[in-house]
Amino acid sequence: MRRNAVAVVGAAETTELGVIPNTSQIQLHADAALNAIKDAGLKLSDIDGIATAVETPQQIAHYLGITPTWVDGTSVGGCSFMLHVRHAAAAIEAGLCKTVLITHAESGKSMIGKLPRSIPADSLQGQFEAPYGVYGPPSMFPIPVLRYMKTHGITHEQIASVAVFQREWAAKNPRAMMKAPITVEDVLNSKMIAYPFRILQCCLVTDGGGALILTSADRAKDFPNKPVYILGTGESVETPMVSQMKTFDSSRAFTVAGPTAFREAGITHKDVDHLMIYDAFAHLPLYGLGDLGFMPHEETGQFIADGNTRPGGKLSMNTNGGGLSYMHSGMYGMYALQESVRQMRGIAPAQVEGAKISVCHGVGGMFAASGTVIFTNEK
Amino acid sequence: MAEPARARPKPTPETQHYWDGAKAGELRLQRCDDCSNVYFPPRPFCPGCASRKVSVFKASGKGFLYSYVINHRPAAPGFTPPYAIAVVELEEGPRLMSNIIDCPQTPEALVLDMKLEVAFEKLDDTITLPVFRPAGG
Repeated sequence: MRRNAVAVVGAAETTELGVIPNTSQIQLHADAALNAIKDAGLKLSDIDGIATAVETPQQIAHYLGITPTWVDGTSVGGCSFMLHVRHAAAAIEAGLCKTVLITHAESGKSMIGKLPRSIPADSLQGQFEAPYGVYGPPSMFPIPVLRYMKTHGITHEQIASVAVFQREWAAKNPRAMMKAPITVEDVLNSKMIAYPFRILQCCLVTDGGGALILTSADRAKDFPNKPVYILGTGESVETPMVSQMKTFDSSRAFTVAGPTAFREAGITHKDVDHLMIYDAFAHLPLYGLGDLGFMPHEETGQFIADGNTRPGGKLSMNTNGGGLSYMHSGMYGMYALQESVRQMRGIAPAQVEGAKISVCHGVGGMFAASGTVIFTNEK
Repeated sequence: MAEPARARPKPTPETQHYWDGAKAGELRLQRCDDCSNVYFPPRPFCPGCASRKVSVFKASGKGFLYSYVINHRPAAPGFTPPYAIAVVELEEGPRLMSNIIDCPQTPEALVLDMKLEVAFEKLDDTITLPVFRPAGG
């Protein structure tokens, strides 16, 4: 894809984030969509492309009253929205549509109008994983981490420091759920969920949503907000079964999506001013730093523990507080994208001064899928 | 009121041989007749070379502890926490999820790379689950 050919011209989260007991999941989609349309200064009738995950595009299109000429229902977990950005950019470039709306929302905490998720007993997961007592992401996502730690010499304290420094970022964000400072000792003494992970190493469970509007870069200058250009993108999938990953030392989907985006963007790691790595659990930023090529996996734990990713550090990462402290409705990728866009617009609560390039890396399922989007505010 | 039951696998035509094997006290894998690739989970073609010429064979049942979590909360129906959810790497190469029996469910007792051997846990008349125990224990 051509660099900077497509831009984000509208971006917004739901009016409220956190616990929203008075709103159904589909209305959270609509709330985010209407906020993004207002942010872009558009009318609903200007939207001719629609993408969403978990909820179907037909559900969202009908609820909003849109009849699109392009739809994308790619639903590969929490990074689906990174893939939607990539697909939308390609579709706009190809002339299939002009103005794409991407929505996410989940009533993850209040469970109002939320679709049930179940694993059929005759699926491969139902036959070869479920009988062994996996029960939701906390029992599955950390399964690779002990092997990762042994292979790469990573310590429990280093992984705990991920939560500590993200809490520092969250303290600067008025909309973050958790703002009170924590220490490595607090993390390692918090309630055990699935050894080796304790509750402060697991994401929040909240309600909320977000939406993005994309159009071609040549139209983008006519919108009220500073355009945020798509510089490079990547995507991949590996396996829906965490036990069947090729290795626990690395994510194969990460090693395809991330480097593809860097190549397409034509940048090196030194060019990155701001980084989001989807942190459903505390080990993901380590996998991300290694698999995206910022450093060898062996160095990721010490790099974070040394404070390099905290406020004022040399690589500002997860500046909203992340899934661990900002919010996590179940599919966090949209919130990571929103923070990258805010940073590129220069309006983030914890703004990285002068940031020009933001890398936003997502995971879907338990390392099942991955999507990377690299943004810039310079054309 | 009955206790909630552990999730029961429901075999498909492509996986029936695996579950028949477990019932008979055998851990069955598949090998490609063309490229010798040994793979899991079951399917009637080789995911390495796409050949449909594949054979079922009885695996050694030997392997080692590749990784695990000890799940505390929430516990799956039919499980009493804390319990380990393990991934075992088999001598033949493939890895599979399992539980570790005859072993304390603690980080001290569950040591990565420890040798394991297959055992079988009968759930009901149709389903027997392969599980693993410390080798030579």
